[in-house]
Amino acid sequence: MSKKKRREDGAARLRTVGHNVARAEGVEKVTGTARYIDDLVFDDMLYGATVRSTIPAGRIVAVERDPAFDWSGFTWVDHHDIAAPGRNVVAMIAEDQPFLAVDRVRHQAEPIALLAHADRARLAEGLAHVRVRYEAEPATLDFETASIVLKEIGIRRGDVDAVFARPGVRVIEGTYRTGAQEQLYIECNGVIAQPGAAEPDDGGITVHGSMQCPYYVVRALCTVTGLPREKVRVVQTTTGGGFGGKEEYPSVLAGHAVLLARKSGRAVKMVYERHEDLVATTKRHPSIVHHRTALAADGSILAIDVDLRLDGGAYVTLSPVVLSRAAIHATGPYRAEAVRIRGRVMMTNTPPNGAFRGFGAPQSQFAAEAHMDRIAGELGLDPIALRKQNLFRTGDITATGQTLKDSVAAHEVLERALERHARMVRPHNKKKRAHNNGDGHDGDGHDGDRRLRGTGVAMFFHGSGFTGGGEVKLASRAGLALTADGVRLLVSSTEIGQGTRTMHAQIVAETLGIPYDRVETADPDTARVPDSGPTVASRTCMVVGRILQRAAEKLRAELGDYDDEKSFRKRARWLLAERGTVEVIEEYQKPGDIVWSDETYEGDAYGAYAWGCNVADVEIDPVTYQARCTQFTAAIDIGKAIHPILAEGQIEGGTLQGIGWALYEDVVMREGKMQNASLTNYIIPTTLDTPPINVEIVENPFAGGPFGAKGVGECPIDGPAAAIVNAIRAATGKRLDAIPATPERIMKALADETSR
Amino acid sequence: MKKAKTKTNAKAQASAKAQANTKAHAKKKTKAARSPKITLRLNGKKAAVAAPPMKRLLDTLREDLGLTGTKEGCGEGECGACTVLVDGAAVNSCLVASCQVAGCDVQTVEGMARGNAKVAARLHRLQRAFLEHGAAQCGICTPGMLMAALALPKRATLDEIRAGLAGNLCRCTGYMKIYDAVAQFLDGERR
Repeated sequence: MSKKKRREDGAARLRTVGHNVARAEGVEKVTGTARYIDDLVFDDMLYGATVRSTIPAGRIVAVERDPAFDWSGFTWVDHHDIAAPGRNVVAMIAEDQPFLAVDRVRHQAEPIALLAHADRARLAEGLAHVRVRYEAEPATLDFETASIVLKEIGIRRGDVDAVFARPGVRVIEGTYRTGAQEQLYIECNGVIAQPGAAEPDDGGITVHGSMQCPYYVVRALCTVTGLPREKVRVVQTTTGGGFGGKEEYPSVLAGHAVLLARKSGRAVKMVYERHEDLVATTKRHPSIVHHRTALAADGSILAIDVDLRLDGGAYVTLSPVVLSRAAIHATGPYRAEAVRIRGRVMMTNTPPNGAFRGFGAPQSQFAAEAHMDRIAGELGLDPIALRKQNLFRTGDITATGQTLKDSVAAHEVLERALERHARMVRPHNKKKRAHNNGDGHDGDGHDGDRRLRGTGVAMFFHGSGFTGGGEVKLASRAGLALTADGVRLLVSSTEIGQGTRTMHAQIVAETLGIPYDRVETADPDTARVPDSGPTVASRTCMVVGRILQRAAEKLRAELGDYDDEKSFRKRARWLLAERGTVEVIEEYQKPGDIVWSDETYEGDAYGAYAWGCNVADVEIDPVTYQARCTQFTAAIDIGKAIHPILAEGQIEGGTLQGIGWALYEDVVMREGKMQNASLTNYIIPTTLDTPPINVEIVENPFAGGPFGAKGVGECPIDGPAAAIVNAIRAATGKRLDAIPATPERIMKALADETSR
Repeated sequence: MKKAKTKTNAKAQASAKAQANTKAHAKKKTKAARSPKITLRLNGKKAAVAAPPMKRLLDTLREDLGLTGTKEGCGEGECGACTVLVDGAAVNSCLVASCQVAGCDVQTVEGMARGNAKVAARLHRLQRAFLEHGAAQCGICTPGMLMAALALPKRATLDEIRAGLAGNLCRCTGYMKIYDAVAQFLDGERR
């Protein structure tokens, strides 16, 4: 059989891709034998703790250690311990954030000094005997009135002002707000730093830890220590959830642990407790978005004018790229003749906000979709008809001037979601109806049933991979090493629960034509695996998976023709005997027709987009004003589900995080500090808060992704918040322009005579 | 550094755990005078541990008994990651003093699979259902979730499953796959 023939057959009948193979690291996880960072104890290990600021802004006058306290056995580190060639900056986009404050603090809980001790109880006592004296300075706590801009971008297409000036144009405006959100991985941030990279006394450093991006940590550690790349080794341990919260923060924490380990000459473990994790680490950026839309009388969108602001917190961190993704997605999946988007990140004296699943797009698309329902209300149009009329189709042009050529499924996901949702609540489906109580009528009816009920819809899209030229700059590398009976994946993309190892192994097994269980994955250890880029931005399947697929294609060519597993093994052993080791490492290749300009913000912002539609049923208790989601449907186009159960899991999990953000998750800040920093009063959805989530996977293949796959991780969180406030409007006739939709906000909206 | 070099593979991690145990034992010796022995049944076997009476059961399990399958998520009884069974009832081991389990039957995730083997065939049916349905993603809530599910009544309906798992937070799955796995397990139990 010729290679070409076999490939055609393969495309028709996939043996591994599209099947629910056994999760690569599943057995360890269900038996409790998977080792997370807090499960590891090294020889002669110390525990580390952080002295943090207790004011939002001010000058540090003195850092005092109680002279009456017995400091023996303690290691102390402050900014004086960071000496050239090391630099006291967390290496990210801007170099404005210190690892340890020098003479000023710019937010609450800012790290000032570090302590380590072998005994944790003693360590806590030591921490209580450190006193920082400050001269407080005025703090900016509200980003809506803040004046310092950390980053500004503008997107322009067409002449917006001319369209708004046209006679007969209807203009509708609205302002929308979203609150901060905590990633709330159940495993807190944690690392262990150990002297030595390859040998204990080689002057290098090794960090084991819970993280998404080992090579980000390497870069940060090279900067703070001044060590060359080969002396810094970072190993990801089994990671108990990330959601963006372990994208950039582990660089800070690893830097701290390394400073203590280098000074003490011993391994140092730093694992945050929940309270510290909540007050000190990054959150989703709060946002305020103003929309001005020009419409024709029939409801066609003519021009979109958006002003978008995010609360960056005290340092730049990743805010510029969060802003970029927020701005590019700010129109929602709708076409317009002219678009103008102004985006700004404002500086406040609050802990820096950062990466969280969706990366700005959930905020800007919440505004876009809540605004669509306002438009429908003001024009007296059906919200679904209004959407259908304006949704992107193949050939339409986005805000950045990108022509959508391939895999555009906005209409399809809308149809599929509506159809599925109707099936879930159809009156004759009595069993479902009785359980879900979601058809707008009495389900159990035992309480006199005065609850208000409504259904809302939201449309959204999400670009896969880094924005603009990001993937070209990353130049990610990944590959394969031949083993005696299969291959080992060499990739630094991390398994953080989403199924990276399983999905990558499937892509490679399918491409090589070998069984899934012949593919193993090397530990994500920067001493062993190439830099395949950060595990973020819905890029791990579409972008890194494609690199691995190309590596597998190349390896297959090197192995020569083989027909089955047996002849593969024969060839593999022969090649290994011949060459010793056989490794194929491939680098990212830009699909030929993608063009982007960072200067003008024009071009193909993303290689491909995932498309989504949510339908939510909500009921509101007329006495307590508590809103509850009772039935939820998500139809998401991801190109191809490499592993349908894992893909559904991503959609269900992301959806519930979106529902939590919409209804429950409220970060309460006072004097720049989170006041509800515990799971007792920062509420994430429990089983009882979770509606049935019905998932429709739509497969509109993208030619540039492995087996047609696009990104799946983030898209599902872009829609739920808008679907829920739109359902609240349907139930009450009142608009809610801010989330979370707490009972207080709903009560206020119901009392507002002007709202509709 | 040989130790550092091998730390990442499973064997080295097991050795790290073994070190944890020896260290814990060493610590135990120095405190033995003050810490009375607590005897209990642990995963079906008799066990004794010298731990301060008020030490959290979670810490005694993880540090003194080397059973790190039980996880800490919040330390205040909200997340359920530390759920274990005490005389068949699901409890948050971060809220239980070690002395409270003296004479009790304590079950942790380590007691589920037969023969402590890492092969799917030896797994408990509930563990297999979790694998099959994708109920474990990052896995940090899984041991606690498994314990809470074991405490459910055999005839639990979906609503009873939801109520029974309401003390166990999962941030990854949206719970749907967990219901699927638990329902399959309970269906099998009913047969």
